[in-house]
Amino acid sequence: MLEMLVLEPSAKTPSITFNGENGKLELRGRSIPENSIEFYKPLIDWVDQYGSSPNPTTVVEVKLEYFNTSSSKCILDLFKKLEKINGSGTEVKVNWYYEEDDEDMMEAGEDYQAIIKLPFTMIEVEEI
Amino acid sequence: MDEENVILSFKGVVTADLLTSILQIMESRMESSNESPRVRKKVFNVLVECLQNLYHHADDYPDGRTALVMIAKEGNAFTVRTGNYIDNERAEDLKERLKIINTMDKEGLKEYYQNSLESSVVSSKGTAGLGMIDIARKSGNKLDFEFLNIDNERSFFCLNVKID
Repeated sequence: MLEMLVLEPSAKTPSITFNGENGKLELRGRSIPENSIEFYKPLIDWVDQYGSSPNPTTVVEVKLEYFNTSSSKCILDLFKKLEKINGSGTEVKVNWYYEEDDEDMMEAGEDYQAIIKLPFTMIEVEEI
Repeated sequence: MDEENVILSFKGVVTADLLTSILQIMESRMESSNESPRVRKKVFNVLVECLQNLYHHADDYPDGRTALVMIAKEGNAFTVRTGNYIDNERAEDLKERLKIINTMDKEGLKEYYQNSLESSVVSSKGTAGLGMIDIARKSGNKLDFEFLNIDNERSFFCLNVKID
């Protein structure tokens, strides 16, 4: 059983926590590294392992302030992995947070919603 | 006509450290200037993509890596301007892509972005080929660009992004 993946935030990367015991994954902060593949690899690998014995529910909380286009592709890859494990031992849900007036971040969530077959809930908050 | 105020300008080699510094300076300047969060985020987003474009293509010309960046404010509008060398072959591709982007409205760009996101492959450099579409979406204005022919091999690419 996997316990916990924790990636500490930096000036260009978000904090990531994935608790294997309750199935809660949170991405928080900004994701603007020049090369995102390296940064997201541990998370993508971890999701692969998690998929073999997942929690009955998996909740993804995306609380990003900014992300660049290099990250957008990695985030899509993450959702694709989760899409694959959805329905086989776990129900995956995505909560996409955006700040009021941040139409761009709301639309970014809608972009993924249009591509990925997972239930998305768009949540407007005052501050992320 | 409002006067244009240059907030920051730079000429030289765009390194990862320099990029971080420029972003930090711009963030603190915008925070202290009472810009709306909406405009602040748009400027930051556009700047990240523009600078990372320069960064990723800085190796294309080992002898001509100098790039230009200027961020200015005129009235309520910000402009992010960049200039960099580009080989002529890539310049032609980029020109075509920019022309296509400029024919699109908000919904068109959204669809184009989603299709590109789904089909794109991230290069070893970490680029996904989505930068210009994203810049156009966040800017909300047409992209103003020019390619100045230098010689048979290369051109100088100027991009002017307006955010208001």
